[in-house]
Amino acid sequence: MPSPKRIGQIEFGLLSPKEIREMSVRKIIWADTYDDDGFPYPQGLMDLNLGVIDPGLRCKTCDQKASECPGHFGHIELAKPVIHVGYTRLIRKLLRVTCRSCGRVLLSPDEIEKVVGTEDDQTGELLSEKDVKKERICPHCGDQQLKINFEKPTTFSEVMVEEGKKVEHKLTPADIRARMEKIPNEDLIPLGINPDVARPEWTILTVLPVPPVTMRPSIILENGQRSEDDLTHKLVDIIRINQRFKENQDAGAPQLIIEDLWELLQYHVTTYLDNEVAGCPPARHRSGRPLKTLSQRLKGKDGRFRGSLSGKRVNFSSRTVISPDPNLSVSQVGVPRAVANEMTIPVRVTTHNIEELKQIVRNGPLRPDVNAPCGANYVIRPDNRRLRLADGNLDTVADLIEPGYTVERQLRDGDVVLFNRQPSLHRMSIMAHRVKVMEGRTFRLNPAVCPPYNADFDGDEMNMHVPQTEEARAEATILLSVHENILSPRFGGPIIGGIHDHVSGIFMLTHGTRWFTKEEALYLLRYARVEHMPPPGKVDDGIQYWSNKQIFSMILPDQLNMVFHASSCQNCDTCKKEMCERDAYVRIIDGILESGTIDKKAIGAFDGQIVNRIIRHYSMRRAADFIDDLTKISIRAIMFDGFSFGIDDEDLSKTEYGQIDEVLKSAASDVTRRIKIYEDGQLEPMPGRTVEETLEMQIMQVLGKARDQTGQIAGRHLGLGNSAVVMAVSGARGSMLNLTQMAGCIGQQSVRGERIVRGYDDRTLPHFRKGDRGSDAHGFIAHSYKGGLNPTEFFFHAIGGREGLVDTAVRTSQSGYLQRRMINALQDLKVAYDGTVRSTGGRIIQFQYGEDSTDPTKSAFGDPVDVKGIVESILKEEV
Amino acid sequence: MVPDHTIMSEEEVSALLSRYNITTEQLPKIFHDDPAVKTIGANVDDVIRIVRKSHTAGRAEAYRLVIKRPKK
Ligand SMILES: [Mg+2]
Ligand SMILES: [Zn+2]
Ligand SMILES: [Zn+2]
Ligand SMILES: [Zn+2]
Repeated sequence: MPSPKRIGQIEFGLLSPKEIREMSVRKIIWADTYDDDGFPYPQGLMDLNLGVIDPGLRCKTCDQKASECPGHFGHIELAKPVIHVGYTRLIRKLLRVTCRSCGRVLLSPDEIEKVVGTEDDQTGELLSEKDVKKERICPHCGDQQLKINFEKPTTFSEVMVEEGKKVEHKLTPADIRARMEKIPNEDLIPLGINPDVARPEWTILTVLPVPPVTMRPSIILENGQRSEDDLTHKLVDIIRINQRFKENQDAGAPQLIIEDLWELLQYHVTTYLDNEVAGCPPARHRSGRPLKTLSQRLKGKDGRFRGSLSGKRVNFSSRTVISPDPNLSVSQVGVPRAVANEMTIPVRVTTHNIEELKQIVRNGPLRPDVNAPCGANYVIRPDNRRLRLADGNLDTVADLIEPGYTVERQLRDGDVVLFNRQPSLHRMSIMAHRVKVMEGRTFRLNPAVCPPYNADFDGDEMNMHVPQTEEARAEATILLSVHENILSPRFGGPIIGGIHDHVSGIFMLTHGTRWFTKEEALYLLRYARVEHMPPPGKVDDGIQYWSNKQIFSMILPDQLNMVFHASSCQNCDTCKKEMCERDAYVRIIDGILESGTIDKKAIGAFDGQIVNRIIRHYSMRRAADFIDDLTKISIRAIMFDGFSFGIDDEDLSKTEYGQIDEVLKSAASDVTRRIKIYEDGQLEPMPGRTVEETLEMQIMQVLGKARDQTGQIAGRHLGLGNSAVVMAVSGARGSMLNLTQMAGCIGQQSVRGERIVRGYDDRTLPHFRKGDRGSDAHGFIAHSYKGGLNPTEFFFHAIGGREGLVDTAVRTSQSGYLQRRMINALQDLKVAYDGTVRSTGGRIIQFQYGEDSTDPTKSAFGDPVDVKGIVESILKEEV
Repeated sequence: MVPDHTIMSEEEVSALLSRYNITTEQLPKIFHDDPAVKTIGANVDDVIRIVRKSHTAGRAEAYRLVIKRPKK
C-alpha cells in the first residue's frame, strides 16, 4: 500500500532576477515606513501591497484582512550588482575553474571525462577546484589564467604580475557577473550545477526581494511607539544607501566615492542575509544588540528548524523540581496544590453530571487545601465564549450551566497525567501517573520509579502534561501507565523495582532469622496491603512472635514458587543450599519465604527476579502492588534498626593495620626484586611481549593482588554490622572495592590501563630519581582514603580521576548523538499485521520483526516460553 | 563470513511478492556492484535471497532487489 503522496525529487535552484521581479507585487523605493498619521507610505517598506498587519486594513494585492492575507513579496532594484554571501564559495570555485576570457571550463573534454566518468560509470565525481591547476592556459582559447584571491567575506581579486611585482586587481561584482554570464550551460553540468534552475550569474544580486510585512511585523510598545522588526531596519539601510548610490551615480561622482558606496551597499546586503559572517562586523541595533537577520532566523537551537518546526512549546504542561515520597504508590505523582489549581480538564455538561459540575463551579478557582474538593477556572458556553470564574460570579455562572456547556475543572486526586523527564531516551521516559494533590512546591514520586526516568533528587526537574480528551486519557491509561511499563523492552526485565534503601532495608529485614512481637510486626506492615496476620511462628512465655521471613512472605502472592541465588551468593563450588552461611539460597514455596535473603537480585530495579516472576505468572498490576508494598515495608524495616555510615565505620583494629602494612611491604619488595631481575637482564619475556611490557604486567599484577589482600583483611574486620558492607553485599550501592579503598589501600592509578609514565625526563615527578621503576614512582597509592594520601599520591590520584571524567564526558556525548541519529532513522517504522517491519511508504525493512517475531517484553530472556519458571513452580524446587 | 546469496527464479519472486502483497519497489535494495552481487552474477532487477545466521531465530531469510548504484 503506497502512501497517497510520495516525494519524487526535490529541486534546489536560485531565484533569477526575472523571477524576483515576477513574484514582486510592488517596487520599493522609499526607506520610510509609516507617515505621521501612522499610515504606510506607498512604495515604502510597509506598502499595503505587501500585505497587512494592522487589523481593520485590507491588503491592496489580495483584498483580504490582516488575518487572511498571507503577505506578498516586493523588490528593490539595486544600483549596482552585489554578491550574495551565501554563494561566495561557489563563486570562488567557478572563477577558478573557468576561463577569464571565454568562460569555458579550463579542462579539455578528455580531462573532464577522467574526473566525471562516462555516462554509465558510477565512480565519477563532480569537478572541483583541485582538478584545475592554478594559472594554467585555457585549452579552448589559449588565454593565460590568473590566480584568484578570495578575502572573506565578499572580496575577490586577480593577481597580476606587473614589472616583476605581484599586483592584486580587485574584481567588482559587475566584473564577476559578466564572467559568470560567459560560462556555457554544457560546462555547468560536470560542475554539479543545473543551468535550467541555477545560472551562476544569479548568485550576484541585481534585484533584491523584499519579504512580505507579515514576516517582519512591527510591534507597538506600551508608550504607543512603533518598533520595527530587525529585517525592516536592515532593509531601510539598504534602500538608503541604494538611493544615495543612484544619486551619486547619476551626478557622475568620482570613482572613489562610487567604490565606497558600492562597498557599503555590499556590506548592508551581506549583513541582511547573514549577520554572523566571518570577517564582517555584525550590524547592530541602536542599543548595541546585533541584529537578527535572515540567516539568524533559521540557524541554531531557537532557529526556525530546531526551534519552531522540530520542537514547539505546549499548553497544559507544568514543570517543577522533584522530590521523593516513599508513601506514594509507584503509579501516583504528588502534584503541588498551586499546579493542580492552575491546570484544568474540560468536562462537557450532560444531564448526568450537571449537579456535580454546578457544585464544582461554585467551589471556584481557589482551592484552600489539598483535601478540599476541586473547583473550576473557566466555563465555556455553547457559542465557545469563555467565562472566567472569579469570586464574584460563581453562583451566577453555576445557575447558567446546562447541557452543552463545558466546565474546565481543576486537577483532583486520581486524574491521569503524563509525567516526563528529559532526556527522553526511551519510552519509559514518559509514563502516565495518577494525581495526588499535595502541599509543597515539588512533584513527588516514589523512588522506585526513578530508574526508568533516570531521575535523582539533586535538583532534577520534571514535566507534567494533562491530557485534554477522553481518547487521550484512555490512551494514557492503557498504554502509558506505570504498571504497563514495568518491563523494559530493552532487555525484557523489570526496570522498576527497589533502589538504595529499599534494598538495604529488605536485606536487613530478611537476613538470617529474627523474631518480632505483634507490635513490631504491625509497625513493619502498617502501610502494606495486608489484611490478615498469619498464625505466629513461635510463642515464648505466652508472647507471640513472627519471624522476619513470615513478615516478608505476607506481601508475596500466594502460590508463588521460585528458587534462586541472591546477590550475596558467592557462587561456592558446592552450594550448601538452605545451610548457606550467607543465607543466600532463596526458596519461596507457596508464597512463603522458606530460606534466603531478599536483596537486589530479588527486588532491585533491572534485576527483580520476584517482580519478573509475578508479572509472568500473575499480572503487571499485581507486580505494581508488590512493588508498592515492598517500598513501604523496606523503608519501615530500615527505620526499625536505623542505618547510617560515618568516618569511624572505616576504622580497623591494630592487628589489621599491621597485616595491611605487612602485605604492602612485601608487595613493594616483590616489585623491587622483579625490577632487579629485569635490570640484570634475567627477565624472561612473555610470548609476544617485550621485556619491559612483561615487567610492567608483573608489577601491575603484584600490586593488584596486594590491594585485593588489603581488602580481604579489611573485610574480615568489617562484618554485616557495617553499613557499607550491608550496602555492598545486598547490592544497594557501592562495592567491596569501594570499601577496600576506604579502609585498606587505594591501589594503582592508571592511564589507559597502564601505570602512570608521563611527566618529566625519565620520571613522573621531580620527587623521584630518574629511571625509578618502583611502585610509588608510577602511581601506586598505598594509603587508604581514611588514612589519607601523601602529596605525590594525591597528584597521581588526580591524574587517574581525570581520565575517568573525560571518558564519561566523551562517551555520553558520543552515544547521545548516535542514539539521536538512530531515532531519526527508525522513528516511523512499524510492525505490520503480516509481521514485517515497514516504513510509512510500505517498504519492507525487515521481513520478520527481530527475525523471530518476538516482543522482548513478552519473552523469557529471549525464549518464547519460560520453561524453568513453569517447572519450578510446579515441582517447587530448583531445576 | 559472507552470508549465502542466491538469485531467485521468476516464480520464487512472484510468490514472494504475493506473499507480502508488495511490488519489487518495496523490497530492500542492493547495488549491482556489491561484491556479493558480482560474485553470483546477478543483474539489475534480479531479486536475491540472503540466508543469514540469526541470534534470535537461528536462521533468517532476507530478500533484496538489485539496483544500479545511482550517480553522485
Ligand atoms: Mg540529578
Ligand atoms: Zn494580501
Ligand atoms: Zn578560454
Ligand atoms: Zn550460593
